[in-house]
Amino acid sequence: MSTEVKAKKRSIKLTLPEDEIMCPGHLACQGCGATIAMRYALKALGPKTITAIPACCWAVIDGPFPYSAASIPVYHCAFETAASTASGISHGLSSLGKTDVTTLAWAGDGGTFDIGIQALSGAAERGDNMIYVVYDNEAYMNTGIQRSSSTPHGAWTTTTPVKHYKKGPKKNIMEIMVAHHIPYCATANIAFPEDFVKKLQKAKTMKGMKFIHLYAPCPTGWKHPPRNTVKIARLATETNVFPIYEVENGVYKINKRIKTPKPVSEYLKLQGRFRHLTADVIDFIQQGVNDRLTRIEKLEQAFGANSQDSPTS
Amino acid sequence: MKKVLTGNFAAAYGATAAKVNVISAYPITPQTTIVEILSEIVADGELNAEFVKVESEHSALACCIGAQATGARTFTATSSQGLALMHELIHWAARARLPIIMVNVNRAMAPGWSIWADATDSISQRDTGWIQMYCENNQEVFDTVLMSYKISESESVMLPALINLDAFFLSHTSQVVDLYNEARIDQFLSKYDPKIKLDVDDPHAFGALTSPEHYYEFSYKMHEAQINAIRVIKEVGQEFGKIFGRTYDLTESYRCDDAELILVSYGTIAGTAKEAVDQMRNSGIVVGVLKIRYFRPFPTEDVIKALHPAKKVGVIDRAVSYGQSGPFFNEIRSTLYHESTPLYGFIAGLGGRDVSTHDIENMVDIMQNDPAQDLIWIGVKNVD
Ligand SMILES: Cc1ncc(C[n+]2csc(CCOP(=O)(O)OP(=O)(O)O)c2C)c(N)n1
Ligand SMILES: [Mg+2]
Repeated sequence: MSTEVKAKKRSIKLTLPEDEIMCPGHLACQGCGATIAMRYALKALGPKTITAIPACCWAVIDGPFPYSAASIPVYHCAFETAASTASGISHGLSSLGKTDVTTLAWAGDGGTFDIGIQALSGAAERGDNMIYVVYDNEAYMNTGIQRSSSTPHGAWTTTTPVKHYKKGPKKNIMEIMVAHHIPYCATANIAFPEDFVKKLQKAKTMKGMKFIHLYAPCPTGWKHPPRNTVKIARLATETNVFPIYEVENGVYKINKRIKTPKPVSEYLKLQGRFRHLTADVIDFIQQGVNDRLTRIEKLEQAFGANSQDSPTS
Repeated sequence: MKKVLTGNFAAAYGATAAKVNVISAYPITPQTTIVEILSEIVADGELNAEFVKVESEHSALACCIGAQATGARTFTATSSQGLALMHELIHWAARARLPIIMVNVNRAMAPGWSIWADATDSISQRDTGWIQMYCENNQEVFDTVLMSYKISESESVMLPALINLDAFFLSHTSQVVDLYNEARIDQFLSKYDPKIKLDVDDPHAFGALTSPEHYYEFSYKMHEAQINAIRVIKEVGQEFGKIFGRTYDLTESYRCDDAELILVSYGTIAGTAKEAVDQMRNSGIVVGVLKIRYFRPFPTEDVIKALHPAKKVGVIDRAVSYGQSGPFFNEIRSTLYHESTPLYGFIAGLGGRDVSTHDIENMVDIMQNDPAQDLIWIGVKNVD
């Protein structure tokens, strides 16, 4: 039996770093996408990483004083200060000559799209040296599922009840960050860990602000069984609800091209937060998804590696 | 080395002398020249520090918090609206036990827009756990910035400090300031080397979710640190005197020993009061001044001792706690709770209105002739 396992193990080709830096014993809900996210992120970045975590689910997930599941230095900071605190950490380290440590700002969509956007914009414009990951669960989950500016059209939250469900698309944080001319902006999805890990490893080698918009489902807030977290995440990309692409020094690249996209209804129907949606609203959502993908494809055509007006210089 | 400097330059040179590693600040009148001169000092390589030119005061303090947590020595400066914008992080810095030094140019709060002296901005940060002090002149600004690093970084304190100077009366007024020499400064202030910091070789979580089981003791320890600071401020003030020839304490008594009437104040008004006292003494009024340097920790015992001989005590506040009285008056009243000394609470100079020696003589006249009163507004006009 044991030799069989050994034999098997030898034959497995690992596509992710084997080290487990994050410990078990964290406080996340079952099936939490944000927790899967941190496990992969630490595998990618390694133990020489310091993270700033503002108020968000992760402020709780890491554990109460005196516990910590992350196994790297964690600096809990005020809700709107992930980027500004990380700026301080980054400058503090470099002022002391410590150049081999990665500074990671790790915030939710609320802390990024809403209350922390000023600090993020400031740090990006200054080119402060950090990797900023927003794990996007499309609402304020820590405080009980209130809408954020990342909540998509049609979604139920506790502040957008079914009768007044969220109207209007989520804020396009990628375009906002691309507009800051930072070296690296990328989307990633916990359902595609190899892509996420590769992007973090690439970001780690670059100087300045590197921004990763990470898709991370929340079973509690989205009203789906914990076992569906990865399935829903994968569907988000397979339906083009959440395209995977990157913008490196202004050059657009779609990293996952979906040959035959599934209809958004397949993604929506697995989640209680969309249960109330009628066919016409679903059509409207499908239209929005198509339009946003077309826009990214056009940007790639215009500013991709093969385009003539590629803004690399 | 002696130079003629404004209060703002004295503050900037204080941070430079302390060899801070990271500066993060945002401009606001009348603090702006602090930011400008430090930008130049860093750009010229006179100070080997990183200056993070943030997009707000809120980020300035968040940045100092992050940097200080890595073991860097930090400095920031602001005024009124900027200080108010920082408020959440002012609590944060103290609870995180980070000895950040911040200079605040005391300026009135809007509306209406006012850029002139008023201490309501800093007084509003009273209960954040910061050490809080007020300067009377530019030498004191320079000396206090330097001393504050030593006081705040003391292992038994580990609290941030807010150093206040009056808008324009100090920030933009030139005085002679002795900047000493570098060797003696280095002898006085050693490198910042905190026991606990963000360190990948010794990873910890800082500021995590804290249950009622632990939070209470953290608060207790902050109070304990404030009380420890009373001793440390005195020790550092003495040591400073030995090296540089100027000794400091939490309070400063001026002609109080035989005084029948004592005026208590802070900041530049204390300086004006000293001048007024000299004049009044010449005409036979036996009056003295107790200048309070430290608002937090509050020097309760020193105040009791200093005010004990007085037959009457008047407190001059350039701030008001609406619906109550002057904030320093409140402190003095509670400090003297067990004494029967009649107390006079004067409000003066809000929003930068001038407080002259004549105004102070007027206050003493009230103390001599009128019954004690908690709240006396000096010079209010046209308010019907
Ligand atoms: C200044 C401030 N306002 C409000 C809060 C309350 N609060 C804490 S976490 C949170 C929502 C966080 O949402 P998000 O950033 O999306 O992270 P998530 O909880 O979804 O992981 C809110 C509103 C706070 N801590 N600080
Ligand atoms: Mg969220």
